[in-house]
Amino acid sequence: MANIDELKRLSTQVRRDIVRMVHAVASGHPGGSLGCVEYFVALYKVIMKHDPKNFTMDGKNDDLFFLSNGHISPVFYSVLARTGYFPVDELNTFRKLNSRLQGHPTTHEGLPGVRIASGSLGQGMSVAIGAALAKKLNKDNTIVYTLHGDGELQEGQIWEAAMYAAAYKVDNMICTVDYNGRQIDGDVENVLSLGNLKAKFEAFGWTVLENQKGNDIESVISHLEKAKTFVGKGKPIMILMNTEMGMGIDYMMGTHKWHGSAPNDDQLAKALLQIEETEKDY
Amino acid sequence: MKKYTFTEKKDTRSGFGAGLSELGKSNPNVVALCADLTGSLKMDAFQKEHPDRFFQIGIAEANMMGIAAGLTIGGKIPFTGTFANFSTGRVYDQIRQSIAYSGKNVKICASHAGLTLGEDGATHQILEDIGLMKMLPHMVVINPCDYNQTKAATIAIADYNGPVYLRFGRPTIPNFTPADQKFEIGKAVMLNEGTDVTIIATGHLVWKAIEAGEALATKGISAEIINIHTIKPLDTEAILKSVLKTKCVVTAEEHQMNGGLGDSVAQFLSRNNPTPQEFVAVNDSFGESGTPDELMKKYGLDSADIVNAAEKVMKRK
Repeated sequence: MANIDELKRLSTQVRRDIVRMVHAVASGHPGGSLGCVEYFVALYKVIMKHDPKNFTMDGKNDDLFFLSNGHISPVFYSVLARTGYFPVDELNTFRKLNSRLQGHPTTHEGLPGVRIASGSLGQGMSVAIGAALAKKLNKDNTIVYTLHGDGELQEGQIWEAAMYAAAYKVDNMICTVDYNGRQIDGDVENVLSLGNLKAKFEAFGWTVLENQKGNDIESVISHLEKAKTFVGKGKPIMILMNTEMGMGIDYMMGTHKWHGSAPNDDQLAKALLQIEETEKDY
Repeated sequence: MKKYTFTEKKDTRSGFGAGLSELGKSNPNVVALCADLTGSLKMDAFQKEHPDRFFQIGIAEANMMGIAAGLTIGGKIPFTGTFANFSTGRVYDQIRQSIAYSGKNVKICASHAGLTLGEDGATHQILEDIGLMKMLPHMVVINPCDYNQTKAATIAIADYNGPVYLRFGRPTIPNFTPADQKFEIGKAVMLNEGTDVTIIATGHLVWKAIEAGEALATKGISAEIINIHTIKPLDTEAILKSVLKTKCVVTAEEHQMNGGLGDSVAQFLSRNNPTPQEFVAVNDSFGESGTPDELMKKYGLDSADIVNAAEKVMKRK
């Protein structure tokens, strides 16, 4: 396992990648991306069994990850590149014409690491269930991971999937909700309250873990490790992970305003002063 | 006019069920999903024979399409089953993003398409599904004409790697195609060679086109009849060859005129060989309750309507 200092340094570089990517094309979603850096770094550097250099669509005997809230593609792309799925230099093609790094992730351009298109919300859990069922049919004991936005849980398909996963004991799947409390129009609580999310998933028949410290890499790792101990126990597994949207950039925190807007030149300069270049910028 | 006979009337959905059951035995990667319509889709045999490869999803079609997409990751070939209405319009975005754009090898199998669903009425009688599905890039759209052809199509699409929409229906209709006829995706079937008018039909309208051809023959009109079971990709070569000879065409389908087979034929001919065309299709209308026969008459999809369209289009040459 990589040591914690190394993971923190990588997280800092990923944050630089995120703000530089969205700044370069004056579009994209930095807020949620910044909030999920520790989750992605933990998943790809510590938790998952995977083989970046030999990516296959089927991923037999590899753990799989599905990003359901596809708009946080910057953090996904940065971590995929920095764990060896594709050249780090390719991050500079994000959202540009003829790029494999589309605004929202897609299999269409053949980018290694991506197994489903996402962006239209609410579909990732269903896809993950299908992949988890295929693993069971194939006697493949690896695990399927997903990440969802909290606002995304307003989509009805999520609850169809949640009901199915419990009823049919899809217990080789670990879902995580990025519980940052914010969506485009404002606070989730005011747009459409999710109510008691833990009680809802428990009532649906899930094992639910809560992680209050979703931006603490050690906490993210320990919760994912704990979630793994529930694999094969007959219930789907959910981690409700509290994060801070915009984490790491002072002016992007405490607001929903950076959900889907990019910093200008001055704002980028301010941001980069707060996050050290720990690996080489692309 | 070539003589077509049949020994029994059968429903195309049963052809699907029989084909799926055969696939279950021959291809271990084939899995099936159903949204609480196992009996209606005739998927019971597969369910009984391969319970480990059958997934009862419940009344949750959006989830079904997503799970089907996921099952392809790991090498499975999922066949989803529900009514055509719930296979398309209800889940269009799920199909578009998770299946079509993602290039997943899912077979979307849709029963009870069109007016011939009958008494349940317009809520269930989708007449827009061909249009919805053919607009999706790279989606294959198939609408076979009888039991045997539906069975053959079901088996054939398992060997094609990519998303397919397979449309069939509820009523019993003449089962006339040979049981051993090979099904080739995108390859039209010539039913009768003729010289005066081309009739291009799909699905339940194919038998009506044969009846129309017989009626036209008694009037001394020689109709060339083509069964287009695959609407996309369209067998443009067969269509062009025929209209170069007959100089006019009638298209016939149990679907809206907007977005259907006729649209595809017209688009191709207008660019390559402008040809007078008449459309036997539903004209910007919802259906209603009634028996299948009553509905086909009321909405202008009967063999008499094909005869009238043929006589009309011949005058436009």
